[in-house]
Amino acid sequence: MSLSEFFAMKGYGFYIWGSYGLALLIFVVEIALVRHRRTIALQQLRLLRDAGEEE
Amino acid sequence: MAINWFKYSAPSTFYGLAGRLLPWFAWSSAILFAVGLYISFFVAPMDAQQSEAYRIMFIHVPTSILSMFIYLVMAGYAALGLIFNTRLSSMMASALAPTGALFAFISLWTGAMWGKPMWGAWWVWDARLTSELILFFLYLGFISLHASIDDPRRADRAGALLAIVGSVNVPIIYFSVKWWNTLHQGSTIKFSGTSMHIAMQQAMYSMIAACWLYAIAVTLMRVRSIILERERNAQWVSELAEVRL
Repeated sequence: MSLSEFFAMKGYGFYIWGSYGLALLIFVVEIALVRHRRTIALQQLRLLRDAGEEE
Repeated sequence: MAINWFKYSAPSTFYGLAGRLLPWFAWSSAILFAVGLYISFFVAPMDAQQSEAYRIMFIHVPTSILSMFIYLVMAGYAALGLIFNTRLSSMMASALAPTGALFAFISLWTGAMWGKPMWGAWWVWDARLTSELILFFLYLGFISLHASIDDPRRADRAGALLAIVGSVNVPIIYFSVKWWNTLHQGSTIKFSGTSMHIAMQQAMYSMIAACWLYAIAVTLMRVRSIILERERNAQWVSELAEVRL
């Protein structure tokens, strides 16, 4: 089986890769978002602490 | 040896526990996705009726199962938070909602991508599809209701009510293919066994396990941020090594 045959999936390539592609995209974006949220949360905590020290 | 489970219902101890468990769930999920995808595309034989198109099943079924299961876990945590007034339970419910919504969306999307070549339609107002769409809206409703109330404890209680009432939808989705004459096919994997080819079963179970572990890993990661956000004035948070930098 050639590579192009594999990606063609007997004519169902669009539907199969459209399904797996979107799932992969969502997982990647979700992981990026939760990591970003942690960075922001930690930044906020440091800002809060620095603001407290200045008083 | 007695384990003090209540110890881990405190956000301060759970934060550390979640951090230690996270890499185990993340890596085992990644490995199982690799194994599952390999079997799905290179080992499992072509289907006699659906040709290659049936391979959408290996992402469609796991995400659909998880979208329903996560909802029940979310409603369970929300109920615990409502009854026992435990902060961590409500935080867990909030952490599960976005992942559940995304799984429901993947389920609907992959269903459309499978429906078009097999049924000739992206979407039909069939009982299974409609109730899954309602599940997606319930997740969005929970998230927006929680976000719209400023006081987090009140937001928890309002969200919990919505989550608990909405959980009646989950058995409706599950039994829809039995109760109504639907276009959507019935379950191939039943509690009484399955008629699936062994390689298809292996692919399916690996993908279900991978999605399950993924959901746990990403939820633990999210709940750690929620704990930091909501406990920001607590002494233990300011003493964390990652905050003291």
